[in-house]
Amino acid sequence: MSMTMTQKILAAKAGLPEVKAGQFIEVDLDVVLGNDITSPVAILEFDKMGATKVFDKHKVVLVPDHFTPNKDIKAAEQCKALREFAVSQEISNYFEVGQMGIEHALLPELGLVVAGDVVIGADSHTCTYGALGAFSTGVGSTDMAAGMATGKAWFKVPSAIRFELTGKPGKWVSGKDVILHIIGMIGVDGALYKSMEFVGSGLTHLSMDDRFTMANMAIEAGAKNGIFLVDDKTREYLRKHKTKNRAMNKKIKVFRPDKKAVYDETFVIDLSTIRPTVAFPHLPENTRTIDEVGDIPIDQVVIGSCTNGRLEDMRITAKILKGRKVAKNMRLIIFPGTQQVYLDCVKNGYAEIFVKAGAVFSTPTCGPCLGGHMGILAAGERAVSTTNRNFVGRMGHVESEIYLASPAVAAASAITGRISSPEEL
Amino acid sequence: MGTVFKYGDNVDTDVIIPARHLSTSDPKELAAHCMEDIDKEFVKKVKEGDIIVAGSNFGCGSSREHAPIAIKASGIRCVIAPTFARIFYRNSFNTGLPILECEEAAAKIDAGDEVVVDFTTGKITNATKNEVYWSEPFPPFIRKIIESGGLVNYVKENL
Ligand code: SF4
Repeated sequence: MSMTMTQKILAAKAGLPEVKAGQFIEVDLDVVLGNDITSPVAILEFDKMGATKVFDKHKVVLVPDHFTPNKDIKAAEQCKALREFAVSQEISNYFEVGQMGIEHALLPELGLVVAGDVVIGADSHTCTYGALGAFSTGVGSTDMAAGMATGKAWFKVPSAIRFELTGKPGKWVSGKDVILHIIGMIGVDGALYKSMEFVGSGLTHLSMDDRFTMANMAIEAGAKNGIFLVDDKTREYLRKHKTKNRAMNKKIKVFRPDKKAVYDETFVIDLSTIRPTVAFPHLPENTRTIDEVGDIPIDQVVIGSCTNGRLEDMRITAKILKGRKVAKNMRLIIFPGTQQVYLDCVKNGYAEIFVKAGAVFSTPTCGPCLGGHMGILAAGERAVSTTNRNFVGRMGHVESEIYLASPAVAAASAITGRISSPEEL
Repeated sequence: MGTVFKYGDNVDTDVIIPARHLSTSDPKELAAHCMEDIDKEFVKKVKEGDIIVAGSNFGCGSSREHAPIAIKASGIRCVIAPTFARIFYRNSFNTGLPILECEEAAAKIDAGDEVVVDFTTGKITNATKNEVYWSEPFPPFIRKIIESGGLVNYVKENL
């Protein structure tokens, strides 16, 4: 029997010689993740289950990142519940404001996920860690509670779509443009219930940060998970980001798809043909290339999030902003993914470039990405954002609009005041 | 018997329950804002036992369990759609909101129709139009969770 990458990981963690699409299995979990919105619900369910101790105090990871630093009293109460649980359960991977980051930027950076792991997180963008060759997927709070109590989760084994990437992307084309292009091609339910597996010679031209961005948005095509073949870049990343938490120091396990693995579909994508891409309101599938955008004036630009808040995103932003000014009457909000990225921005001089250009440079938080705080839109306002969702009301008023783009397009747009390509500057 | 609220494709969790209301997990508070960004009338009109019928990929977006919790607490008895987003699908079973996948029902039922649903057989009866549609029965594994009364009880029994 031939299996996909995802199926091989799931079989290994279910203790089965093989699995096939459609089969229900129970697998062992390497990480169970939750945040300040989903964990409080999970903690209540955990109690209702009659559980008293988490299955492993190192493998449960708790990150208050959504409404933090606490935006209001209710948020403070939720974070307090999370903190008290972390303390009473002696959770070693609880990250308080000041040490934290946006969860999906933080976990890889700290080396808490490695290739071959199975991870569930009560957050839909948990699929981000597929960039490391892990199986990781978003679940709800009740699944998180069951995971914390038992160390296991049930899955229906997914079938997969294979994306064979070839060629080299152009100068201003990043992982964000590639994944927006793909979602535009297959639609927001194009990979529903399935895995998206990324392979091919084009991978060598995609940095780890590009891959995190792409895996992050697999859920935006409805996928169960997105996963990348492990190569030298992955290994180098995992070497550089070894955890200091000894209990979490794991062996890397590399799973390659079988030669005869069956895929529902295969798409061959030549990266050299992809143009900078923008998703129009109100779905990530409403994509147009930068050449088809037309004249769209904007009020706000947001650069950051678990999709594009990594150091490479900050570097590109700084490169474009250097010596330039944000357009008149325009707000540019930059929020890095983690404290480490923040610190690197300071050390590398990016922070100074941002502030001199007239941008807000925020502490790591989900903040504006989900319309929480730090950059809510009014009725009729338009934003270009490097986040992952442009649903109705996602960033504020139901009559506001979000255009999803790469950091390069977002930074260029902040300077011109309308959606622009960095090629124009 | 329930009255139908009808929506299109890709109804996402941000319109089911906007993030600005997520600083609570109280079902009643959540229900007070259910669907408000797509249908302001919903909370005013919905009554116990009503049914939502929608297009494909219902519940896409966030993993927030607040979405099925809000729908259930609003009085909705069942959601029918051709397909559901996968996290929403899991969350619905786990929290006890019955959902049925049925393309025919989703296409033929209109807003305001009176509909009866039988979960054991998967039979959907449209009393207004005098039509019957059949949805796929649940796989045995899911049935086990439903029979336990949701994942919480299932884990409790097996802990
Ligand atoms: S940055 Fe946005 S998408 Fe990412 S975890 Fe936070 S709210 Fe979710």
